[in-house]
Amino acid sequence: MTRRSAIIWLTLLAVAIVLPWLFYDFAHHRPAGFVISMLSQMGMMIILALSYNMLLGQAGLFSLCHATFFGFGGYSTIHFLNAAGAGELPVPTELMPLLAGLSGLGLAIVFGAMATKQRATAFAMITLGIGELVATAALMFHHFFGGEGGVSTDRMIDQSLFGLSYASGIQVYYLIVGWTFVAALLMWLQTMTPLGRMANACRDNFERAQFMGYDPRIVRFLQFCLAGFFAGIGGGLYAITYEIVTFDAVAAPLSANALLMAYIGGNMVFVGPVLGAVLITLLQSGVSLMSNSWLIYVGVLFIAMVTFAPAGITGIIMAHGPVWRAGRLSRLILPYLRLVVPGIATVAGFVGMVELLSFLTIGAAAGKHLVLFGSPIDANTAAPWAIAIVLLVVGTVWLRFEARYFARVWESVAGSVEARA
Amino acid sequence: MTGMPAIRLADVRKNFGATEIIRGVSLDVAGGERHAIIGPNGAGKTTLFNLISGRFPITAGSIELRGQRIDALPPQRINRLGLSRSFQITSIFPRLTVFENLRCALLWSRGYRYSFWHLLPRARALNEATEALLRDLNLAERHDLPAGLLSYAEQRALEIGMTVAGGASVILLDEPTAGMSHSETEYAVALIRRVTEGKTLLMVEHDMRVVFDLADTITVLVYGRVIASGPPSAIRADRAVQEAYLGAMAA
Repeated sequence: MTRRSAIIWLTLLAVAIVLPWLFYDFAHHRPAGFVISMLSQMGMMIILALSYNMLLGQAGLFSLCHATFFGFGGYSTIHFLNAAGAGELPVPTELMPLLAGLSGLGLAIVFGAMATKQRATAFAMITLGIGELVATAALMFHHFFGGEGGVSTDRMIDQSLFGLSYASGIQVYYLIVGWTFVAALLMWLQTMTPLGRMANACRDNFERAQFMGYDPRIVRFLQFCLAGFFAGIGGGLYAITYEIVTFDAVAAPLSANALLMAYIGGNMVFVGPVLGAVLITLLQSGVSLMSNSWLIYVGVLFIAMVTFAPAGITGIIMAHGPVWRAGRLSRLILPYLRLVVPGIATVAGFVGMVELLSFLTIGAAAGKHLVLFGSPIDANTAAPWAIAIVLLVVGTVWLRFEARYFARVWESVAGSVEARA
Repeated sequence: MTGMPAIRLADVRKNFGATEIIRGVSLDVAGGERHAIIGPNGAGKTTLFNLISGRFPITAGSIELRGQRIDALPPQRINRLGLSRSFQITSIFPRLTVFENLRCALLWSRGYRYSFWHLLPRARALNEATEALLRDLNLAERHDLPAGLLSYAEQRALEIGMTVAGGASVILLDEPTAGMSHSETEYAVALIRRVTEGKTLLMVEHDMRVVFDLADTITVLVYGRVIASGPPSAIRADRAVQEAYLGAMAA
């Protein structure tokens, strides 16, 4: 590890340690509970997204069942904690996520052996089947999965390496920070191993890898197993945090979430999924408080990213690297500024339409009042609809115009940077 | 050349559906020789390469690598036995850097296999060998460039480098100079000569200057059959070859 990357890792760790104390709740003399639970969720989602990207970004494997291993790690942990609580399993809480990881690994060995025989579309379809299979099993086999109600536990098993009870959220948060740090670091180091590199190689050109002595199926299988191991760790933390694991933890929406996070953050750079996990969790905990329609916004964001920025947020940032190094970034300021107003208009118009529609169908029936951008709105009058439509139409047309201007400037700037290189 | 041939094909046949593409090819490539396969388009040269390297299974016959049957083995097993090939259409890892491309090609032969416990930045001997090969290929300045961004001739050089990197003793090159300019071709021929020193080379090539310049033995494949095989002087003088192939080219 170079000095520079060591500094980055330690800085991130320090930020994660300090962050909850920046939101101190003076009334109750402790860090704010909402912030802690959101940050805890972020930690688990970072592990989920990073481990998913071991498949999507690094191996070019489009898996649709990653939650299977996350959830299985979670279910297993509930049973481990119950056994520990009954005095039958002398494992400290701190090491429970390791057992969860091994559970995820075990299941990944079984399902990986099936799925990784294929690649590309066939692989994706097999994983879709596996995901549905396990989700169905979770509702059918009550002994292990507990049916609809799931399985629950008490995390205070009184077995700790550091004498901690894990009664408070902040102690659990630090357990999550520790494991997220270790898991992320290991996944990062894995990208520099022969297996990690050959996963990239098989992604780019599996046939070439074969003629260099490697069996792409074994590369895929091992990569799949390791991804399942790390996903299991994430699930273990989930179980410890919530003390209950239900069907949701193995179901398709969580698998889709893993994909969303890795893709929106950017699957070509290691930190991409971290960024995606943070952003999606923020949207989930922040926007979901303000609007019922937050899933629609995530969906539209996803479609927009796939269409306009397939390399994700980190891809957009990286694209500016050469321009920045060439000292030409200032030429992009004006084109960016010109995007702001039409961009805001388009988003505001769209949000307005979605909120008005959703209020008419759900909100009004629930007897709520619609508040948009800080002001109360009567959804039964024409004005808010007219404003939203005008904003949306004018914003979109204007944005298209500005986007063309932006593209022209970008082409010329990027072209001149390339010519110099 | 005495002893066991590096490659021996005995009555190899290949059908795609009802179509017979390779119609009973028998061929010995002696250890250490440079052997070129020539023939008109559609003669089955590339198919023959695909059969030898394990990309496609054969329909009938047998293929031996230094006396060992390889015709039922997958490509990676054949590669591990010491046979490496390049492709007619450049086949590299476009999103990996030039350096990573070559390092990947070295991994198996250096014993790293599927390891996820070795850190490549710390594998000094491996990295030094990669650097040396990079210089040998004249690609040192392209070290960190994604291989997909190399010029065509550079990609071909990289491909040859990846083919020989693992230290295989039998090298198959499929039209290594296809699409190259005159000067690029000259450079490529010199490169091939240098990196296949002391190895067995079997190549498909259309450029007759390259063939007569490099090859010790030439085999002429027409319509899935060998019509002649021998030293360049004999091939040049062969009437059947002239009629079937060289004559047609000259006309």
